Formats: sequence, structure tokens, C-alpha cells
Amino acid sequence: MAAVLESLLREEVSVAAVVRWIAHSTRGSEDNPGEAAALSSLRPLRKEFVPFLLNFLREQSSRVLPQGPPTPAKAPGASAALPGRPGGPSRGSRGARSQLFPPTEAASTAAEAPLARRGGRRRGPGPARERGGRGLEEGVSGENLPGAGGRRLRGSGSPSRPSLTLSDPPNLSNLEEFPPVGSVPPGPAGTKPSRRINPTPVSEERSLSKPKTCFTSPPISCVPSSQPSALDTSPWGLGLPPGCRSLQEEREMLRKERSKQLQQSPTPTCPTPELGSPLPSRAGSLTDEPADPARVSSRQRLELVALVYSSCIAENLVPNLFLELFFVFQLLTARRMVTAKDSDPELSPGVLDSLESPLFQSIHDCVFFAVQVLECHFQVLSNLDKGTLKLLAENERLLCFSPALQGRLRAAYEGSVAKVSLAMPPSAQAVSFQPETDNRANFSSDRAFHTFKKQRDVFYEVLREWEDHHEEPGWDFEKGLGSRIRAMMGQLSAACSHSHFVRLFQKQLLQMCQSPGGAGGTVLGEAPDVLSMLGADKLGRLWRLQERLMAPQSSGGPCPPPTFPGCQGFFRDFILSASSFQFNQHLMDSLSLKIRELNGLALPQHEPSDEDGESDVDWQGERRQFAVVLLSLRLLAKFLGFVAFLPYRGPEPPPTGELQDSILALRSQVPPVLDVRTLLQRGLQARRAVLTVPWLVEFLSFADHVVPLLDYYRDIFILLLRLHRSLVLSQESEGKMCFLNKLLLLAVLGWLFQIPTVPEDLFFLEEGPSDAFEVDTVAPEHGLDAAPVVDQQLLYTCCPYIGELRKLLALWVSGSSGRSGGFMRKITPTTTTGLGAQPSQTSQGLQARLAQAFFHNQPPSLRRTVEFVAERIGSNCVKHIKATLVADLVRQAESLLQEQLVTQGEEGGDPAQLLEILCSQLCPHGAQALALGREFCQRKSPGAVQALLPEETPAAVLSSAENIAVGLATEKACAWLSANITALIRREVKAAVSRTLRAQGPEPAARGERRGCSRACEHHAPLPSHLISEIKDVLSLAVGPRDPDEGVSPEHLEQLLGQLGQTLRCRQFLCPPAEQHLAKCSVELASLLVADQIPILGPPAQYRLERGQARRLLHMLLSLWKEDFQGSVPLQLLLSPRNVGLLADTRPREWDLLLFLLRELVEKGLMGRMEIEACLGSLHQAQWPGDFAEELATLSNLFLAEPPLPEPQLRACELVQPNRGTVLAQS
Amino acid sequence: MILTKAQYEEIAQCLVSVPPTRQSLRKLKQRFPSQSQATLLSIFSQEYQKHIKRTHAKHHTSEAIESYYQRYLNGVVKNGAAPVLLDLANEVDYAPSLMARLILERFLQEHEETAPSKSVINSMLRDPSQIPDGVLANQVYQCIVNDCCYGPLVDCIKHAIGHEHEVLLRDLLLEKNLSFLDEDQLRAKGYDKTPDFILQVPIAVEGHIIHWIESKASFGDECSHHAYLHDQFWSYWNRDGISQCCGWCGTPGLSNSSASASQSAGITGVRKHFLPGILMKCVCK
Repeated sequence: MAAVLESLLREEVSVAAVVRWIAHSTRGSEDNPGEAAALSSLRPLRKEFVPFLLNFLREQSSRVLPQGPPTPAKAPGASAALPGRPGGPSRGSRGARSQLFPPTEAASTAAEAPLARRGGRRRGPGPARERGGRGLEEGVSGENLPGAGGRRLRGSGSPSRPSLTLSDPPNLSNLEEFPPVGSVPPGPAGTKPSRRINPTPVSEERSLSKPKTCFTSPPISCVPSSQPSALDTSPWGLGLPPGCRSLQEEREMLRKERSKQLQQSPTPTCPTPELGSPLPSRAGSLTDEPADPARVSSRQRLELVALVYSSCIAENLVPNLFLELFFVFQLLTARRMVTAKDSDPELSPGVLDSLESPLFQSIHDCVFFAVQVLECHFQVLSNLDKGTLKLLAENERLLCFSPALQGRLRAAYEGSVAKVSLAMPPSAQAVSFQPETDNRANFSSDRAFHTFKKQRDVFYEVLREWEDHHEEPGWDFEKGLGSRIRAMMGQLSAACSHSHFVRLFQKQLLQMCQSPGGAGGTVLGEAPDVLSMLGADKLGRLWRLQERLMAPQSSGGPCPPPTFPGCQGFFRDFILSASSFQFNQHLMDSLSLKIRELNGLALPQHEPSDEDGESDVDWQGERRQFAVVLLSLRLLAKFLGFVAFLPYRGPEPPPTGELQDSILALRSQVPPVLDVRTLLQRGLQARRAVLTVPWLVEFLSFADHVVPLLDYYRDIFILLLRLHRSLVLSQESEGKMCFLNKLLLLAVLGWLFQIPTVPEDLFFLEEGPSDAFEVDTVAPEHGLDAAPVVDQQLLYTCCPYIGELRKLLALWVSGSSGRSGGFMRKITPTTTTGLGAQPSQTSQGLQARLAQAFFHNQPPSLRRTVEFVAERIGSNCVKHIKATLVADLVRQAESLLQEQLVTQGEEGGDPAQLLEILCSQLCPHGAQALALGREFCQRKSPGAVQALLPEETPAAVLSSAENIAVGLATEKACAWLSANITALIRREVKAAVSRTLRAQGPEPAARGERRGCSRACEHHAPLPSHLISEIKDVLSLAVGPRDPDEGVSPEHLEQLLGQLGQTLRCRQFLCPPAEQHLAKCSVELASLLVADQIPILGPPAQYRLERGQARRLLHMLLSLWKEDFQGSVPLQLLLSPRNVGLLADTRPREWDLLLFLLRELVEKGLMGRMEIEACLGSLHQAQWPGDFAEELATLSNLFLAEPPLPEPQLRACELVQPNRGTVLAQS
Repeated sequence: MILTKAQYEEIAQCLVSVPPTRQSLRKLKQRFPSQSQATLLSIFSQEYQKHIKRTHAKHHTSEAIESYYQRYLNGVVKNGAAPVLLDLANEVDYAPSLMARLILERFLQEHEETAPSKSVINSMLRDPSQIPDGVLANQVYQCIVNDCCYGPLVDCIKHAIGHEHEVLLRDLLLEKNLSFLDEDQLRAKGYDKTPDFILQVPIAVEGHIIHWIESKASFGDECSHHAYLHDQFWSYWNRDGISQCCGWCGTPGLSNSSASASQSAGITGVRKHFLPGILMKCVCK
């Protein structure tokens, strides 16, 4: 192993090759031959590399984290994987490379190593790999189970025991507690590699009373009052009469409890104390060693190791992602280096024999290494909760060593919305009465019915008593309630009564043990908790405060054992105290059924939709629903696992040898209580791992030691391992699992692999993921896995131990002087301003509880109705405000803008500036929205509730329901409005401004008044398209080329112009472009008429349009132009060179029609004289044939000379001028 | 009026390399007296456009343009009054309006310092009086009025038809008391792509649920149907999130592949008002 690491450090092989080598043994061929050869010789050691690496790092860091916070700093490393690794600090192994694996060395080095702080770290081949009793009850049984405990951080119970660790140094070298890792596998038990050993701070409790239990896992519960006594011999420490508890222990518990209560600071543990400093004070006495990037020794080596380490993490080759992150954070926040006695500062950094010099020679090295690793895992970091991100982004070491990473973290922090609340469920929750279980019809007899009613009462009495007393020191569950519970169970004679009671028990369990607020505030199947809805905003602060005050300061390090926090303790203790076989059986049946039901629940799948806003809201609802289902499943599965494996768990060590074989043979006959293997397989196939695996992990976490050896469960573990390996976070693709879903699975699986009962060799012995696994999971297109159902709140709720990362960082902050870290900040209560005057927090809370109580007594449909009404009315209210208030404001904005434009004139000012002015004027009006919204909800909700509830609803109930609906609707609407109204007004005003400015722009004149059709118009006029097409035909005929027989009749022309008039008078179908073209075509037509260019059908001799007809047609056109066209008509085209040029082609040229037209134009006011003069003038500039220019000039003079003449005169004039010659002669 | 595919193909067959002139259309009308001029023109236009799309490129090589221009110059030198440009276009099987544009562009390149902008050319085509050369102006004008498939006049006719049928459709919807949102209202609501009308309450026509209506003022042959599907209908569909099928009036029977997506679903009361050859698409759920 070391050889691999060294060849890596010597750059003989690349990091990638090593990672490939670890991950896929069979694919060595991809490597470059040299590397492959170097590695292939080491093949047998392949799977031992990762444990070795982890142990190596833990070991190397031992000087930095000598007493460290309770960290898993030591990679447990598989003992098999480390067959006699250079036991202990690198110094110990120096020069012994050739004997890297001396089987017996470890024990002795372990004993010698002065700094060995963690038992597991240096286990030798001792008696050790006995694993019995390391179950949940280890607190009890651990004393005779050496070596078992260290792997749980939680191990020694509550935090802040470092001083005791110090006071009890012998523990560290106690061979019984730190048995050497068996390097030579002596037997089945011995083959188990040692696994990750979490540095276990020694608990006061145990160090005082039972030194030998120090390193065992803690008792199953952290609820002190119900904590099983260490002396109990019953599996759960509770089955016995309380008499055997020693007084001392009770004192111990009392002390612990007190210290817990006193510990208001969020720091989970005391800061790292120095060896020998008896009473470390939190911040003052420690002088942190500053870390300086410039003083990092052997950068390259650190980089390489960091890279390998990061790659192992990224490839999921390490059992627990968060444990490694925790370790890295520890390195990052290491305070100072312990001066090693024989440290070798003069080691040259370039030394090839890398393993001989300590990897971390200074704090600088540690921090550098940590930052290197963190850089590789930015994606994971960025998905942590906002608090952690903030602490990370504010970490000055990080800033110092990698400003880039710090910048990205800051950006991630700023963009993060992942506020996570880890408040514990309040233990005192209203007891719900479920009317449906009271139904007489469900009971066989009246007697059973009444008995059950009594039992109910007893149950709730017991529950209330527990609520009242369980936190009192000295109160004991068994002593206080045991006999009553057993008496009650004794009354449950009929089988059906058991099932009734179990249903009640299970409902109560679900109701009480879901954490409030955030992810899972509700009892399954019911809509969001009224309490959290009502109080969403206002109670949020209260809860945050409560969280600071009440949240357990430490959930037990990054790998706590399974526990029953809060109310769960009641149910656990109830089961233990009742010790009723029937009850347990019924409970298992009921739990299995419910688990199957929930696991199979068709959760709405996310449909990609490009709508924004609203769908987001819907999706949040779905996420919430998923969270409720998942948390319920986990709770049920936990209890199922607890009850199902209860009979098999005992204090005695796990059997070995023949005994084990016989037990295995026996157990393999027993069918599993729930066919979890099939459920897992189906879950994987249906891509619902994100739902199935978390609860399965809860279930398995209660398994006894034999379970993983059974084939059935072994299959499950193998499936889970493959899943774990396949969840590579960096591989994201469409349709695959979402990042946070993966993170959740990695966290729960990593946690499971650390559970004492899970064989430690399991993780490292398993071969790489088989490709078949991938194939298995390609079934449906979009499973739940691909939907973003997990958010940080759910992640942290399911895996509170991830919060340890934050605590570690906070610890660092609190320890550094002169920092005003966020974590230690006081909460300044501020009032929310959004809703104006509010009732006091307490009255609000009371109100919420009243509403809750009200719904309890009513049918569930009432609650659903009220919530539905509130939902819809709230939403409608927002829409109504948009349509009324906001629309009004927009109109105001428009008129203000108009004024602004008028006063400011053309330039108008910068649009952005205008917008600002308008918004500053209008946005304050948004405040009205709240009052209007409240009024709207007040007005609308009662009617809706009335309409939806049965007629027969009593008046009082109805009015309460109405009031609650009004309240909820108002809450919803006002929350939205107060958050968004300003932005909304701004957006709408902005749109209005740009609209107005655009309309202002190009053609204000074009929007002049337009006449529509007359009222009597029936829109039967020919369609404009038809007319354009017809006129175009005439034009093309006139322009030619045409066949000799082609032409138009004068009647047709007349008809066409008639139709044009109709069309122009009926505006129904006319669009401006069509009108423009019609106008242009009519002018062209006029020019052709004037030039007599239109071929006329009829007798060949005629061929040309008769004068009178032409004149009539021109008259029609003039009247159309004058009366019917509403757009401008391009009359100047009549005098364009091209159209006038048409005359040039006619022989003999006839000017009279043109003259007539010009005069009429002036007459009708269609063109001014000046305009015509200008046009005529410009005509002279064109190139004409000589005679034509001459005639044109004459015409021009003629037109100019003539005063406007009355029509008869004109006509007379024309009549006597049959041809141009005469006209010209006369003039 | 629904045209069979066979009828459509028969008409289309007659249109192979026929110049888009008045005369061609007249012959077509004589050949298919039962079809209205609008239908025939629409099919003609559609088929001719397909033809032009195929052959467009070869007329736009610089050699081709140069040779056309030289032929034009030679032609007008001989006789400026003869339809030089129109004949040239018909001879090389290119749309007269497009040929006019080509030559005009070339002409302006020669006579102006800078290359003419598109808007200048468009404006000259709309109003040839602006063309500095009188002869060319006449030639261009002749091309434009004689082209029944391209050119500003034809474009205007098409646009007018589109507008008219939108108006007709709106009237019909009003008459039938169907509540709808028109394009302007939809745009005001922030839709980026909108059909002509969205029915606020869907209707069923011949067994198909119709959610929105788009009227198209061109003939619905298969090719354009597919193009429309791509350009418009899927984007409506994406936005409304409903499945659709299109019913076209005046659509030739479509091949099996697209028939599934576009069953003909004439709207009672709408069809009779529509000129044959004007297609209307209804999108159904």
C-alpha cells in the first residue's frame, strides 16, 4: 500500500491511473503500460489502498489534531487492508519499508506511541475483531467488547469531555480497549478489517464508572431520562426493574443533563485542548497558530496526496463522504501543531522517500492540504446549508490559501436559499384524537369497544405523564409508567383490540415525531400543518430562537449511532416496557403495511414546464409532500427495525465459529419481517432509490450482528454498496439522479456503513460496481430520482450529522479571538414589518394551537376545505390586486409619463431615469395592496367556505372555519404581496413606459382618426385582395406584353372603380398596406388612362378608350381620391417622369386629359398649384426627345398661365380642342 | 372545400416550368374551370415558390448575374420599349420580379458608389419611378405587374388575404358566440408566439376538440404544412401544453405520415365562408 502511495509521490504513476486502479481492478489495460505494470504487481493490495490512505492521513494528522474535537480523524482502515501497516506515526515506520507489513508490530507500536489518541487507530492483531455487543446497546455491553467502540464519535455520549480524556490517559494505551489490529486474520472474526475508528472522546459518565466502556458506542437513546443504565442486562436496558441503577449513574446523568442545558453555546464540543491543559477555556487560552500559504512545505507532495484523496472521495471509494469532509474541515481549522518529540524539521521537501517524512509538518501543510481537497469538492460544499457556506466563506484561512475558492463559496453563499432549521420536534405536541378509531363498527363487541376506549385513555394519560416528567432528572420511564403500561396491555385480550391499539400507537407516533416546520410539519396524508401555515412567518423567528436554545448541541459527531430523539424515546420505551409479544407482532404487521403503502405511493413526478413562478410554487408543494412521505417512512422503518431485530439483540458478543454457523442456519430459515430486498430492487428499477434507500437504511441500522451475514441481507448490502459507488456526484446528466438526491443517499449510506453492526469489511471487500447495476436501473424514463425532491432542509433533517461540519467551523470562529462570527451572534428580535400590526407572538401561537385543536375535533374534510379555500382565495386575491390596484397604478404611470413627455419635450429624458421617477412616485401606493388584500379575503372567503361545507354544519363551526379560512387566505396573500408588490408594480410600470415610449416614437401622425364603415354597412364589398389583384391585371395588360386579343372593356373598368369605391367605404377588411397599394395602383391606372395606354376590347377599330369614357373614369378616380381614400394617395406619381413618359410613346400625343386631370386636382384641392408647378419643373430636368420636351414646356406654361377656371369653360375648351395641335395652337 | 390529393397533383403537374404570368394563369383557368382563380393562383404560387427555392441559387452566381445584365443591356439598346427583362426572366425560368431585382441591384452597383442597401432596392421595386434610369424603371415595372407569384404587389395581395381571413374568422367566432383571445390580447399577456385566436372555452368540431385557431392565407400543401408545424404549431403546443391535431380547409389529402397529426376538420359555418384554397388550421386537443 505504501508502495503505491510512494510510487505515486515519486510520480511514477499518475493520479488518474491510481484511481482507476482502485476503482476498477479489471481495467488496468487502459493505463499506460508502465503504470499498469507498476500497479499490477500490487494488485492483491488493491482494495486495501483506500483504507490505507485514510489511515495514513489520519495518522499523519495526529500531531495536528492530537486531542482534537471528537473526530473520526483516524481512518479506521480495514485491518485486513492494513496488514501490519507501519503502525503509528510515520516515525515509527521510518526505515522499515521493507517490513511494511510486520504482523506483530502494530501492537507494540500502538502501545508505545505517545500520541496515540484513538484506540482503533492502532489496533494490532489482538483479540480484537470481536464485534459482539457493539450494537446499539453498546453502552451496556461494550465493556467486554474491546475495540468496538471507537468508531462512533458519539461513542462516549455527550460532548465536552476532553478533560476527562486527559484525566484518564491509560485508556489510550489500554490494550484491551485499543487492541491491535489483527494483521493476520486468525479466523472469521479476525478477518474483519478494522474499520473506521472515530476518535472517541471519553465520556465523563463512563470514564468515571466504567472505564472499559469508553470506546463503545453510546446507548441507543440520547434522551437522558430514558437512557438505559449501563448495568442493565436486558437488551435495551429498560426491561429491568429500576432498582439496579446505581445512584452514581443517576448523578452522572443528572450532571450530563445539566451540562447540556447550560450549554447554550452552539459549540458542540470544547475546542481542542492542549495536552496537559487541564481546563481549556473556550477562546482565550488558546493561541491559534496562524497558517501561512508561503510556509507550506513540500507543496507538490501535498498536492498529489490531496488529489488522490479527492479522487477517492469523488469516486465514492471512501465509505462516508461527510466523514472525510469532516476530517478535512478539522485540518482546515486545526489550531496548532503538537511538537513532536522526534520530529525532523530538516527533512528536505524534495525527499523522494516520501513516506518517511511526515506529510503534515506544520499547520500550514494541514491547511494547504485541506484547501486543496475542498477545492475539488466545491460542488458538494456549495450544496451545504447557507450557514455552513457562510462560515466557510468567512474562514480567513480559506481566503488566505485560495481566494478563488473563497470567492466561489461567497457567491454560492449569496445565491443560496438553503436555510436549514434543525430544531428538534417539540416534545409537547397536542395529542390528537382520531374519531375514526372510535367507531364502534370496528369492534367485535361492546365490551371490546369500551375496553379500547379505556385503553386509549390510559395511553394518553401515560403519554401526558411522560411529556410532563421525562425531562425531570431522576424520573424513570419504567419506574413511573412500566406497570401501568403492562397492565393496560394485559387488558388487550382480543386480537382485534391489539390491532386497534397498534393503529392508534402508530398514528400517534407519526403525528408526534415528525419534525415541525420546514420539510415535514404534517401528519402524513394531511395537508400542511395549520400551525406552520398560520405561523409560517411569525413563528419562524420563534422557532429559530428556539432552535438555538433547544437544538441538541451535538448530534454525536459525523457518525452518530441510531437514536430515538425527542418523542421517539417515548415510543421506544413504551415498546420495551410493554414487552408484549402480541403488541410487537401487531406493530410489525402494521408498520410493514404502512411502509409498503407509503413506499408505493405514486408521488407526483416533476414535469418540466417553462412557466415560471406558479409552477415553482406547485413544485414546492410536491417537494414538501415527498419530504413528509420520506420522513414518515424513515420513522416507521426505524421502529420496524427496532422491533423486528429486538429479540436478536443482546449484550453478549456475537457468536463465532460453530455457534455462529448454527445461528446462521437457523436465522436463514426465518422469513424477513418485510421483504425489503424486493422493495429495494423495485425501488432501484423504478428509479425511486431516493425514497426507498433512506428508510431502508433506517431499518437496517437496527439490525443485529448476524443479519449482515445472512444471504438475504448480504444481497441488500451489496446492492447498496453498488448504488453507493454509482452515485458519483460529478456525473450529472439528464434523467439521472439530481445532485441533492445523490447527496442524501451518500449521506445515509455512508452513515449506515459506519453502524457497528455492519461488517466493516463489507465496504472494502466489495468489488467495484458491476456494470450490470447500471443496466438494472434504466427502466422508466423519469423516476423520482431525477426529480429535485430533496432540498437542504430534508437532507439535514434526515442526516443531522452533516450539521457537524458547521459546528466545526463555528467552533473555529468562536475560538478565534477578535472575530465576530455569525454563529455566536445574538439574535436581535425584530418585528416583521410586512403585515403591519400583529398580535403578539404568544397570542399568535395560541391562536394557531386553537385552530389546530379545532380541526382535531372536526372531520378531516373540513380542514381540507378550509385550506383549499384559503389557498384559492389567497391566490385570487393576488390576481385581483394585479388587475385592479396595479393596473390603476400603471394607468397613472402612463398619464404621468405623458405629462413628463409634454413638459420635457422631445428629448423626454433617459427611459431608465423616467422609470425611476415613476416608480418612486407609485411604489409607495403598493402599501394599499395589503389593506385591499385583507379586505378581499375577508369578503370572499366566508362565502366559499359556506358553499363548500355541508348545509348542516353548526353555525359556530362554520364561523370558526370561515375565520380560519380568512386568516389563512390573508396570510398567504399578504405574505406574497408584501414580498412582491413593489417588484410587481415596477415590472408593470416598466412595461408600460417602454410601450408608451415606443408608441411615442416613429409615427404619431399615422394614428390620425380613421373612419370605420358606416353603421349600416354589411361588409359585402369586394375584398381588397381581390381588387388589388384585378387592378394589377389591368395594369399588366396595359404595360404589356399582351396577346392581340387581350384587352378590357370600358364597362369593366367602370365596374372596377365602382368596386374600389365600395371597398374603400367598407373598412372591414382593409388594412393600411392594402389601402396604400390600392392608392398607388389607382394612380398608375389614372396615368395609363391619361396616356391612353389601356387596351380596350371591342371592335378592332375602336381599340382606344373614347374621350368621354376616359374623362368619366378619371372623374371617378378623382372622387375616390377625394372622398374615399383615408391614407395619403401618391398623386405626385402622376407627374413622375415615368408616367409622363407614357405620353411620349403615344402618337399623336394627347395632352388634354393630363391638363384636365391637373386642373381637377387643383380644383378638388387634392394637389396645390405650387406642388404641381414643382413637379412640372422637375420634369424638365429629365431627358426627353426634343419635340416632347417642347410640348411639355408648352403644357407647363398653359397650366401655369391659366387661372383656375370654372368647369364649363374647361369642358368647352376641350370640346373645341380635338387634338393636341389645336390646343397648342390656341394657347 | 377540400381538394383531393389527386386533383392537387394534377394541377401541380401542369405548372412545371410555366412562367408565372397572367397568360399562364389564364391557361390554367381554362384547363381547370371548376377551380376558382384564387385556388389556382394559390397553388400556382406555392408550386412556383417551391420551384424557385430549388433553382434560386443558380441565378445568383456572379457569372449568371453578369450574363443577365449584359443581355439586358444589349436588349434595351436594341429596343428599349420591348419587354427585354420579362422575356429574359421567362427564358431563363426565373421569376420576373426577382430578375428585376437582380438587374436593378447590378445596375445600381454600376452607377452608385456604394452597394445599394436592401431597403433602397425594396423601395425602388415598390415605386419604380424612383429608379434613376427611365428605361430600367419601365422594364422593372413591367416585370412586377406581370409576375403573379413574386413582387411587392403579390406580397401585398397575400398580406391582404391573410388579414381579410383573420377578420372573417373573428366575425365568425363572434357570430357563434365563442369567447376568444386574439393575437393582440395574447401578446399583451406576454405570449411570445401566438396563434391567431385562442378559444377561452374549447369547442368540438367533428369530434375534435379545438383549442386554438390559426388561419393561413396560403394553400396548405404538405410541404408548407410541415413547415408550419415546425415553425409555429409546436411552439403553440409547447406553450399551451396540450396535444393537437390540425384540421385544414382546402388541404389536399395528406399522406399517411402527416394525416395523423393533421386530420381534416372543417369547421361548420367557417368553411363556406372561406375561399377555397385558403387553408385554416384548427388545433385540437
